[in-house]
Amino acid sequence: MANVKVVLPGDIVDTQSDGEAVLRLGPGLVQHNDDIQATTGGVLHASSDTNQWWVGSNRRRYVAAEGEPVVGVVVGRHGEGYRVDIGSAHDALLPLLAFEGATKRNKPNLAIGAAVYARVAVANSMMDPEIECVNAHTGKSEGFGELHAGFVFRCSLGLARRLLSASAPVLAALGAELAYEAAVGVNGRVWVKAGSPEKTILVVNAIRNSEHLDSRQCKQMVKELLDRQSL
Amino acid sequence: MVAEIEPSNIERSFLLESLEKGIRVDGRGIYDYRTLKISCGPTAGLVEVQLGQTRVLARVSCEVTRPFPDRPTEGIVQFNAELSSMCAPGFDSSGKPSAQEVAVTRMLERVIRQSRAVDTEALCILAGEKVWTVRIDIHFLDHGGNLVDAASVAAIAALRHFRRPDVTVDGEEAIIHDVRERNPVPLSIHHTPVCVTFGFFGEAIMVLDTSLLEEQTQVSSFTVTLNSHREVCALNKAGGIPLSPGQIQRCIQIALAKVDELNEKIQEAIKQ
Repeated sequence: MANVKVVLPGDIVDTQSDGEAVLRLGPGLVQHNDDIQATTGGVLHASSDTNQWWVGSNRRRYVAAEGEPVVGVVVGRHGEGYRVDIGSAHDALLPLLAFEGATKRNKPNLAIGAAVYARVAVANSMMDPEIECVNAHTGKSEGFGELHAGFVFRCSLGLARRLLSASAPVLAALGAELAYEAAVGVNGRVWVKAGSPEKTILVVNAIRNSEHLDSRQCKQMVKELLDRQSL
Repeated sequence: MVAEIEPSNIERSFLLESLEKGIRVDGRGIYDYRTLKISCGPTAGLVEVQLGQTRVLARVSCEVTRPFPDRPTEGIVQFNAELSSMCAPGFDSSGKPSAQEVAVTRMLERVIRQSRAVDTEALCILAGEKVWTVRIDIHFLDHGGNLVDAASVAAIAALRHFRRPDVTVDGEEAIIHDVRERNPVPLSIHHTPVCVTFGFFGEAIMVLDTSLLEEQTQVSSFTVTLNSHREVCALNKAGGIPLSPGQIQRCIQIALAKVDELNEKIQEAIKQ
């Protein structure tokens, strides 16, 4: 798009579609009879190849949407599964069998307070969200599951989405110097694990600082942090 | 109702592991305060304090009332602090205040009212009939840990920033001058008490100015209230692991140094 279009909540969006093609509405857009309306304020994005439209906005409160990876904390357990806090208005349900290789006899045992990396399976405004630690089609965990050691910190939703996109400069800059693992949840929570507490804290602070920096500034900031730590 | 968000086990154990090596999660030293920013105004007596992520707003106002019958020559200082769900999801202003809310508001009330920081005799206009009632309202805007320290700095800065209308007493009559006629005058403040809070994680580990995660993980907390004359105004320790007298002495020594820094910052902020 040559020009940037900013929308406000309630604006009707003209998608210039001929009514034939299937439009996929992403976050921030809902269909109202024949109109498409924006529900959040932000920049309107469209991807021409998949015909997907969404509004990019930044906030801190997460609203669960299907298919998104989230980092959650187990807050309770009842018969059918775990109750997990993912930062949304209601706690999510994680069924006991939604793990790789779980059967009725072989169920995972998560402690209260454990951190998990999961995918949102069901999310609508009428029910509590449901998450799963396994891909329902393939049966593989694909990186989801319980998180061990490391540290979890909070960030804004916009930063979390940028980190998940392929071109996050801060993660690349850190990866060039340090070995670390990270799991980014779209709910604004990030799990980081590096070799030592000092390195983990450095990664955490670098990611926190990178929110408003561009690529070149990120590299500079990471370099300064590393020099100061003399790692 | 959204309940208080508890940290995960990973966060707690990482925090403790790092503290055992003397490192704090946000990269501070164990006796470092977070960045303190005090903004005064635009109204006299309105101060917002930012201590890291914690934000507190203090507002001082006054009005003329009758004094208490048993203290006819003293003004009245009223104090009000409320924790609402604006600052953290766990606090609910409609129900009964939780134990933590009560502890924070009572601590602040002791520091401001019972330490007699404000000279109440100077608030008297006509003995037995008219005195000033000074009211301090504290609003917690964001809970990033260590509410007490931030709120005490805000309250004292607001009291020192506040200006009350000037009064002339002529025999039995008192004329209260409008602020546009005569410049309002500051309150008479004896001393400026400031709180310094320590968090404990086990026998030997102690940090200053706990962040929210540290506050949720600590096993004990201890608040020392000192003023600029190096006098101890209050010590507060509610529950938690026992502390030895040596540790308490050490805390007071560290607090003495910190209180000087805090008072300097308050001074600078009020001058502007």
